[in-house]
Amino acid sequence: MTALDLTAMRVARASNPAPLLRVDRLTKHFPLRGGILNRAKPVVQAVDGVSFEVRAGETLGIVGESGCGKSTTARLLMHLVRLDSGKIVFDGDEVGVAHGLSRRDLHRQMQMVFQDSYASLNPRLPVALSIAFGPLVHGATKSGARVRAMDLLQAVGLDPMQFANRYPHELSGGQRQRINIARALALEPRLVILDEAVSALDKSIEAQVLNLLVDLKSQFDLTYVFISHDLNVVRFMSDRVMVMYLGKVVELGPVDRIYRDPRHPYTKALLSAMPSMDPRRRATEAPLSGDPPNPINPPSGCRFRTRCAFAESVCERVPPVLELGADGRSVACHMLVAGSGHSRAAVV
Amino acid sequence: MWAYTLRRLLYAVPILLGVSMLVFALIHLAPGDVVDLLVPPEVPKEIADSLRARLALDQPLYIQYLAWLARLLVGDLGISFFTSRPVSEELFGALGNTLMLALPAAVLGFALGVALGALAAFNRGTALDRLFSATAITGVSLPHYWVGIVLVAIFAVILNALPAQGMGAGGFPTDWEHIRHLILPVITLSLIPMGVISRLVRANVLEILSHEFVGTLHAKGLLNRRVLYHVMKNAAPSALALMGLQFGYLLGGSILVETVFNWPGSGGLMNLAIFRRDIPVLSATILVLATIFVIINILVDVLQALIDPRMRR
Amino acid sequence: MADAPAIPLADPAETLRRAQQGKGYWRRVWKRLRQDKVTLAMAAVLVFLLIMVIFAPWFTTHDPYDGSVLRRLKPVGYPGYWLGTDEVGRDLWSRMVYGGRLSLLAGVMPVFFALLIGGFLGVLAGYAGGLINSAIMRLTDVLYAFPSILLAIAITGILGSGLQNTILALSAAFIPPIIRISESVSAQACHLDFVEAARASGSGTLMIMRYHILNNVLGPILVYATSLISIGIILAAGLSFLGLGVTPPNAEWGLMLNNLRQALWVDPVIAALPGVMIFITSMCFNLLSDGLRQAMDVRL
Repeated sequence: MTALDLTAMRVARASNPAPLLRVDRLTKHFPLRGGILNRAKPVVQAVDGVSFEVRAGETLGIVGESGCGKSTTARLLMHLVRLDSGKIVFDGDEVGVAHGLSRRDLHRQMQMVFQDSYASLNPRLPVALSIAFGPLVHGATKSGARVRAMDLLQAVGLDPMQFANRYPHELSGGQRQRINIARALALEPRLVILDEAVSALDKSIEAQVLNLLVDLKSQFDLTYVFISHDLNVVRFMSDRVMVMYLGKVVELGPVDRIYRDPRHPYTKALLSAMPSMDPRRRATEAPLSGDPPNPINPPSGCRFRTRCAFAESVCERVPPVLELGADGRSVACHMLVAGSGHSRAAVV
Repeated sequence: MWAYTLRRLLYAVPILLGVSMLVFALIHLAPGDVVDLLVPPEVPKEIADSLRARLALDQPLYIQYLAWLARLLVGDLGISFFTSRPVSEELFGALGNTLMLALPAAVLGFALGVALGALAAFNRGTALDRLFSATAITGVSLPHYWVGIVLVAIFAVILNALPAQGMGAGGFPTDWEHIRHLILPVITLSLIPMGVISRLVRANVLEILSHEFVGTLHAKGLLNRRVLYHVMKNAAPSALALMGLQFGYLLGGSILVETVFNWPGSGGLMNLAIFRRDIPVLSATILVLATIFVIINILVDVLQALIDPRMRR
Repeated sequence: MADAPAIPLADPAETLRRAQQGKGYWRRVWKRLRQDKVTLAMAAVLVFLLIMVIFAPWFTTHDPYDGSVLRRLKPVGYPGYWLGTDEVGRDLWSRMVYGGRLSLLAGVMPVFFALLIGGFLGVLAGYAGGLINSAIMRLTDVLYAFPSILLAIAITGILGSGLQNTILALSAAFIPPIIRISESVSAQACHLDFVEAARASGSGTLMIMRYHILNNVLGPILVYATSLISIGIILAAGLSFLGLGVTPPNAEWGLMLNNLRQALWVDPVIAALPGVMIFITSMCFNLLSDGLRQAMDVRL
């Protein structure tokens, strides 16, 4: 690296405030049953060494195919699933360690909206009580919690008089998702994870809910982590986007730049698969070859190599590292790392 | 497969230990002095003393328990408080008598249960099926010991056709006179298994029919041999499991019927022991019956695992 | 008594489909119950029975303990004693009515206790998992090693007879199946998304159990418990029949059946009569429990 590059990096870092959430080498492997014949028990390497940051006030989008580890990452952040290794640091405090943030306190700062709007609400509770449950858990009085629930119903665009005592089965999908958002906001979090929160909604409703989310973000000064498989929606909502593949981060950076100029072959393939109205940008051939590999036995080295048109022997031997570039973009690909040994990489 | 069997057997050990601890605890929680309960008063002093030593009645509780357990494991079930004879002598004879009732009752109950259940399922929705449902609910609400009394009232008292009680001459039934004594108790005992099995068979057969032969469902009563065979084959595993369990209940829970008919089986023995407050006999019988029940449960599990590999966790 | 079968929760999609105008789940259940004629009839019969039993003096003319050797075993239709008299000359009708008190008490109370204790332990085991689950379920297995009547006999036979021990014994017999079914439904419930969402709000185990698990598992557990009442009545009477339950000279249906056994040869009808009450009461509770199950959409 030249001296110029170093200075550029320092300048870049100085202009960025400390991140609200910093995730360091998160790893989660799910052991599977069986393995009597083989000595080793098979594991699903759901999330493997994932690191990223979320800055206060931004929306970080996370995209990838099903099985890439997006939802597991979300659950790891929320501590709904125990991590195997890695660190989560929220606003400078590490989570889960003795002098850091306890799980209970973390949940006051970080909340989540789930995908299935119906299944995430207790069918036996009136929705106001579902919203009030969080505050009740953290010591609010019954009347205080109820007042908060009413306020939140108002904030998400539902008339409290009409909706407070309704049951989930009496509401539409969009209304239920608003309830879920209200519930997430009930504890006054600073960061909200939206795990495929609009994926199950009709397009018109989806637009309404997305606009609601944008309004709420500025109203309550929130930070979002927006997980979705819908690239258009992610582009609309996010400031930066993170692309995941088979449990690893492959690309990370400002959303517009990545969408205009994707660097990782997988990102390129994903984006070219997006249907476009522009006749000049029609895809003529399949961007990806081969089948998605098995998360139980991921390919050695770079996990994407089995579907990559540019794979070489170095890709098989060495796993690529997510390198932070000078322009604030990170890519995990040997082709873009000088001196990696890939034929397309720059020579040092 | 064998790993599963072994695991199942090993698991039974703590269960049986727990059972023995429960019975032991009950004996010691009983009102009155333990000594008075276990050592007969009229027995000569030497025997009383040796009994007291064997039972370790002066030692702390856990030693008493271990001593008791040790004796149980070698087959010493204690001395009857009333007759001063070893419990094991009477118990195994009595068990045989219970078996003489339980086996025919099981066969009768299971056969009728399967037949009725299948019949109801194949004729779903008809008057026959509704009759079945009505009978099923009646059957579950009937106290079977009362049915025994009613049967005795009708056949023994009013009609004077069958004997009201007792086993007759005892031993293996070889002639009509013997069998006469068996008829009413066996019928009474078979009622509950018949009810339970018929309900299960009906539910299972209906489920299978709805899976595979949706169209053929409308061909009511069409007891096509192939259909029948297929259905029975699929309904068999859970039905067999339940039959095993029911047989266990028949052995362990026969006391009510045996009381009605004064049948000298394990139930009758318990009844006598209750009446005489003969704790050694009562506790030993309960232990043996519970052990048999646990063993039957293991057998049922293993058999089920044999038939259906999915059960072998 | 048959093993507790696996109870699936009402499928959320189906519940959604069957949603009516009414508001909550329990209000819908109540509405469905009101429309079920058979269940209503059974409930009415039971209420009448209960009234008759509680206000026994109003429905009977004789003292149930007043016996006279001269009046032994009079048949049905005897003037002044419309159901006849028992083996010591007491009015059978009075004894049946008064006997209902103890029979119902001995049949219902155990289920109530088993529901409280077993329900709590089972839901805890299902939700908490791990060591707590293992400990509770292994203890349950020890009790399950006995056929229920054997367990009841063990307790009453060794500890002694009487109403208290009967209730204790039957409670002990009923706790294991209730634990089993509570654990099973509760373990299914804790995988549902809204429970995960509740955990995400930082809630502890007890609050989640109270607000989210309990109201979803209560339905199936309650249905199963009500079906146990009919068995409880039969077993309680059975224990008294063996001389292990209620003690003489109290009136109780099972005890009466036992006392009248010798009378079988003199008057078979009288001897069989107390069993009719056991049968009717048990049948009513059975039909009631079936109706409740249908109203609650629980597939058994």
